[in-house]
Amino acid sequence: MATIRLENVAHSYDGGETYALKEFSMTWEDGKAYALLGPSGCGKTTLLNLMSGIVTPSQGRIYLDDVDITDKPTEQRNIAQVFQFPVLYDTMTVRRNLEFPLKNRKVPPERIEERVNYIAELLGLEDQLDVRPAKLRSDLQQIVSLGRGLVREDVAAILFDEPLTVIDQNFKWTLRTRLKRLHLATGVTLVYVTHDQTEALTFADDVLLMNDGEVVQVGSAEDLFLKPSHEFSGYFIGSPGMNFLDVTVDAGVVSSDGQHLGLATDASLSGAMRLGVRPEFVEPVTRGGVDMTVTKVENHGSFQIAQVSFGGHSLMAKVDSDIFVEVGQKRPFHFDSERTFLFQNKKAVSTVDTGSTKESR
Amino acid sequence: MNLKKKNNRAWFLVLPVVVVVAFTAIIPLMTVANYSVQDIFSPTNRLYMGLDFFRQIATDPAIIAAFQRNLVFSTQILAIEIPLGIIIAKLMPRHGWKAAAALVIVAIPLIIPWNVVGTTWRVLARPDVGLLGVAINQFREFDIGNTPADAWFTMVLMDVWHWTPLVALLVYAGLRAIPDAYYQAASIDGASAMSVFRFVELPKLRRVLMIALLLRFMDSFMIYAEPYILTGGGPGTSTEVMSILLVVIAVIQFDLGKAAAFSLIYFLVIQIFSFIFFTVLTLDERPGATKKRNRTAESARDDVARAIGGSR
Repeated sequence: MATIRLENVAHSYDGGETYALKEFSMTWEDGKAYALLGPSGCGKTTLLNLMSGIVTPSQGRIYLDDVDITDKPTEQRNIAQVFQFPVLYDTMTVRRNLEFPLKNRKVPPERIEERVNYIAELLGLEDQLDVRPAKLRSDLQQIVSLGRGLVREDVAAILFDEPLTVIDQNFKWTLRTRLKRLHLATGVTLVYVTHDQTEALTFADDVLLMNDGEVVQVGSAEDLFLKPSHEFSGYFIGSPGMNFLDVTVDAGVVSSDGQHLGLATDASLSGAMRLGVRPEFVEPVTRGGVDMTVTKVENHGSFQIAQVSFGGHSLMAKVDSDIFVEVGQKRPFHFDSERTFLFQNKKAVSTVDTGSTKESR
Repeated sequence: MNLKKKNNRAWFLVLPVVVVVAFTAIIPLMTVANYSVQDIFSPTNRLYMGLDFFRQIATDPAIIAAFQRNLVFSTQILAIEIPLGIIIAKLMPRHGWKAAAALVIVAIPLIIPWNVVGTTWRVLARPDVGLLGVAINQFREFDIGNTPADAWFTMVLMDVWHWTPLVALLVYAGLRAIPDAYYQAASIDGASAMSVFRFVELPKLRRVLMIALLLRFMDSFMIYAEPYILTGGGPGTSTEVMSILLVVIAVIQFDLGKAAAFSLIYFLVIQIFSFIFFTVLTLDERPGATKKRNRTAESARDDVARAIGGSR
């Protein structure tokens, strides 16, 4: 078990022209579960491969408990990796698959047997030990490849590269539950790459949200949802994503096309900015708020998504299903004060006090 | 009882295929079968022989000797070409212009016609002016025309030169199809290069190697043009393989009945060998062989389902 520290790490595959991973520092605390979340091509897998040693960073250093491992090859890093699809040795039984990393490291046979039995029990693979992995269901195969990583006692972290991609929908949930249980049982650091926000948010203690080679926000599921520090957090997390409006701020007064929207918490702000508010926090009210026109309604059963517009802006509102909204209806909507943000250069700079029109519906 | 008449007219749709197969395979084969049971003296004068020709073929010492030569030849070239092809494929560059260049260079022997290969090697092996012949003669006596072992050696070498590239290309394609993750996982597991080959590459190459083995076996068992031009079966009968002998019987001796019987046996032998190879190599992929394992997997699955159900 150990802490992994990245210091000013960056990576470029084409000699510095474009960076797949922009400069970044981070300490991965021992025993925590992390998720790297972001769209395809955002650099999550690159970051993962840097840690496992498959890729050597163009710049920066990687430390494992203060030992510099940047130039150490993969097999000397005490890091295990689980790939997108089950990577197993076809000609070996499950037992021999689990033994393989230990045999290569010349662990004494008695110790190997003990370790393999322990891991098999932990993963619930006791009955499958003498079967070839090809005969197993895909989620069990993925469990076996995970076991190959866990079987080494010195393993500091397990990296998962979208491990549920090929798993049947029905078994994703059980596999995720097993991972979670396993994490509690072993206390090993887990780093989990995914582009599925539900997967990331339910799995991890901390989520690193990435976009375009950059880590835009690190935080819990709650942080990412309620306190986005970057426009991308607002846009990528949640379904539908955050609404953004171009607004002008004049000494803290936020307005758009003459429509007063509220006061920035930071009264010194001035200039053109973007206001962001999640559909969940655009609430229909009876008094106050901003008058808007409903242009589209989608009923999702437990809630409705209403498209509303005012003064050339169009935004989404998530409305409880017991509230009556229909196309063409004009009614006021209110932005929740705590949950309305101002972004400048994509970074959140302030929340907006939209007034206390807390008379819902 | 079902009294409703079935409409079987869809069968007519198969007719074109039947016609094509009849003309390409069945009719020619039946003609040969027809020849093999009668001795034809002239278009109007023929004698029914029954299985006499087959008996003659099966007991003819020259044919048996040729059959054994074929077996030895195929075994030898397979033993050389398969490992050599794998080694070449492993050494070929994987990316960039070098990969393209290597592919072209390796593929060159494959696009040379058989008799050109035979002619080339015949010249090459000449002890007086051929590069190979003269070179070997510097160290020891080499005479392809008089020493059976030298003729045989040249024939094997020629086939290895001509056809190892096929194996190499197949294996190269097979290697390229292995996802990087397997290599990465192996390196995380601390596997040596030898282990990677043994436990990652070889199992993944299994099907490709089976195809290479079958193709090379069938082709080498049927080899004709190259040895015919290289040695004509000599010196003596030392390089006389079955196909050469068949041509002698059919064209030179003009013994059509015997040649037809020989052809059928030849054809069957290749079929049987290929079938045996295929069966042995796919043994544990066949449904019958895996039944037992499936059952364990299934019962295991049930256990898991129960365990999950219990924990929910």
